[in-house]
Amino acid sequence: MPRVLWFPAALALALVLLPVAGLLVRTDYARLPELITSPASLNALRLSLVTALLSTVLCVLLGVPLAVVLARAGGRAVRLLRAVVLLPLVLPPVVGGLALLFLLGRNGFLGYLLDVVAGVRVPFTTAAVVVAQTFVAMPFLVVSLEGALRGAGDRFERVAATLGARPWTVFRRVTVPLLLPALGSGAVLSFARALGEFGATITFAGSLEGVTRTLPVEIYQRAETDVDSAVALALLLIVVAVVVIAVARPRALEGVRS
Amino acid sequence: MRGVRAALAATVLAAASACAPAGEGTALTVFAAASLTDSFGALAERFEADHAGVDVRLNLAGSARLAQQIQEGAPADVYASANERTMREVAAAGRVEGEPRTFATNRLTIAVAPGNPLGIESFADLAEPGLTVVVCAPPVPCGSAAEEIERITGVTLRPASEEQNVKAVLTKVRTGEADAGLVYVTDVLSAGQEVAEVELPEAARASNDYPVAVLKDAAEPELAREFRDFVFSDVGRQELLRAGFGAP
Amino acid sequence: MTLHVDLALRRGRFALEVALDVPAGTVLAVLGPNGSGKSTLLGCLAGLLVPDHGTVTLGGRTLTSAPRVHLPPHARGTGLLAQDPLLFPHLSVVDNVAFAPRSRGATTAAARAIGRRWLAEVDAAEFAGRRPGSLSGGQAQRVALARALAGEPDLLLLDEPLAALDVDAAPAIRGLLRRVLRTAGGNRATVLVTHDPLDALTLADRVAVLAAGRVVESGPTRDVLGAPRTPFTARIAGLNLVAGTATARGLRTASGRSISGLPAPDVVEGEPAVAVFAPGSVAVYPASAPQAGSPRNTVAATVATLEPHGPVVRLRTVDGDGWADGLAADLTPTAIAELGLEPGVAIRLAVKATAVAIHPVPGQ
Repeated sequence: MPRVLWFPAALALALVLLPVAGLLVRTDYARLPELITSPASLNALRLSLVTALLSTVLCVLLGVPLAVVLARAGGRAVRLLRAVVLLPLVLPPVVGGLALLFLLGRNGFLGYLLDVVAGVRVPFTTAAVVVAQTFVAMPFLVVSLEGALRGAGDRFERVAATLGARPWTVFRRVTVPLLLPALGSGAVLSFARALGEFGATITFAGSLEGVTRTLPVEIYQRAETDVDSAVALALLLIVVAVVVIAVARPRALEGVRS
Repeated sequence: MRGVRAALAATVLAAASACAPAGEGTALTVFAAASLTDSFGALAERFEADHAGVDVRLNLAGSARLAQQIQEGAPADVYASANERTMREVAAAGRVEGEPRTFATNRLTIAVAPGNPLGIESFADLAEPGLTVVVCAPPVPCGSAAEEIERITGVTLRPASEEQNVKAVLTKVRTGEADAGLVYVTDVLSAGQEVAEVELPEAARASNDYPVAVLKDAAEPELAREFRDFVFSDVGRQELLRAGFGAP
Repeated sequence: MTLHVDLALRRGRFALEVALDVPAGTVLAVLGPNGSGKSTLLGCLAGLLVPDHGTVTLGGRTLTSAPRVHLPPHARGTGLLAQDPLLFPHLSVVDNVAFAPRSRGATTAAARAIGRRWLAEVDAAEFAGRRPGSLSGGQAQRVALARALAGEPDLLLLDEPLAALDVDAAPAIRGLLRRVLRTAGGNRATVLVTHDPLDALTLADRVAVLAAGRVVESGPTRDVLGAPRTPFTARIAGLNLVAGTATARGLRTASGRSISGLPAPDVVEGEPAVAVFAPGSVAVYPASAPQAGSPRNTVAATVATLEPHGPVVRLRTVDGDGWADGLAADLTPTAIAELGLEPGVAIRLAVKATAVAIHPVPGQ
């Protein structure tokens, strides 16, 4: 490694760490316990954890098959799809929220259908939060899985097939286990993204304590009126994210040897 | 090498010209509440027309956010807020020159879909079960006004969402996601045909006062005072009235 | 199960057109350089590739009848051992071997029992509980062989199974393959794809030489390798082979002459074996020259033919003294001129013992 890399590397690290340090400096530690244990804070935290977890599960259930299809199927259409899957990464989350509203909102074509046929309305519900989070978090999972799948190739799958394993058995006993490390890190990334999701949530799901007001939305709201309280909650969010990554990441990486 | 130098020179020139005041004139920075978007936009144009070479730059956002930015040291000459509390905060931080003065009032009203298909007639109707009502969150001015009306009428709403600002409430009504929303009279006017209004007489007792002040450390204190006075002039009053604001 | 293959496939400018038969219980080596279509052929047999035309049947069962019938890989009853062991890294060694029985519906316990049996068969029983990542290349290839066999395939496909092993590990695995292909074979047909004539020589009953997608020569292994009928086969597989019985330090020919050489580790004294040496390692002297120097193996012969062979001239002998009939020697054109060699001239051949490898061969 050329030594000259240290300089930009240190700058990059500083760019990530110094703003967080700024938060730490700004925090009103005397009020911190009271601020983060208020009912509104705890409600927001609980809602955030539950919805982020649910959307991570959704990401895995839907994202794994999508990644496998994208990595294994050929053709020009699939190449195009690969780009389309990345859209949520590029779209400003607020636009993503609007897009979801146009689809699942009361006047959106799917939302209208759901309302008329099943009497289900998605916006302003916790389900809407989960949908919004899944929308923005899914690409992280799909991209990391697809990369892993393409990197590994399909040699093991082919061997499994010649050993008499049917496609579903191959998927269950070979593809998925080999994918576990990437699945772990992809899921952690998705969870972290879902946890921090804000723009699509507030646009699509709204903001109501205990129902749709997740931690980031709560922080946004407090930033308008009580900065100290917003900073305290942001600290809480950072701690949760760091804990999740620290706990889940090494295990995910060890997946292959477990 | 020559190409690089030429490009560098061009960049420096461009940067220099960007820093210089437009033409031989000067820039006046006005921080104004989001609900003043239309009226202050028009006022700024008229002001520029009267003051050759002056460029009025509007920073439009929620009053609380603007107050925060000013307290953090954002360069601003004039601050026009949608409520007195945020102005008091800025004054308490020692950023206001002289006394803030109220130049307009605004009050809440009920925004519904065009033609009022659900036949909403009063504030009490908003408490009907099954109705999707969206309001502002209590900490922001339009939210505290909504709470005040609840107190006056004795009717408690069960909103589907408490939005961060009044424009978000209006959007929810505009797109049809909400059946009704509590917004300012000025918002209903600016939305034109896209929403209809249901009169809310009780709101007159919970109206917001809009104060304006020239800020200390203003880069252009003279122009700032002129702009403040312009808001109180006949032209200013006409624009504000046209946008739906009440007189102080 | 007899394998019958008759297929054609075109991929861009490459065309494969092959007809083969592999009787039950025998091993066919498909010999050819890179790009000759060996792997494509194997892919068609395994069901991983679909030919454009033709049929593949195994014991009367149709695996492929292009373009209508194409059994997927898992339904073919084939086992594949490739160059790379490709053991599933997330499964223990025994679970790797138990994979095929498990896939066919055996319980975990039953499948593991089968796995242990096959591990024992390839002398790898002690690795059962290990992770594949902790095995050496040779150990992994043993396990991979056990895994391919544990499914008790009717058709075993070996794709350069020794190519990725280092020189120390290859002979042992070659010996293991020889044993397993003979003893545990029964009714199975085996196709061995290789670019190394030695693999064909030691493992296969018959050889088919593939060039540019076509079989250019086929027949019993020793006929094809020892007396190639086409220059192409001679180039890729032209070896001097002398059959006989293994001795402690070489081989005794049918006529009772001894040839000194280096026996491969799996040579058993008294068993059928073959002495192998390259045409380039054969020195040619005039018949009158004194016998001297280190070469242990010398033999009188007569020049039969001289053919240009790339930069060298390949000399073939006839009527050798005991074992030199049909041997090949490569010489430079200058040497040919200096020695005055032409058909009918008597010569003496010499081969250093270190250039002669003694390999066991499938008994006839």
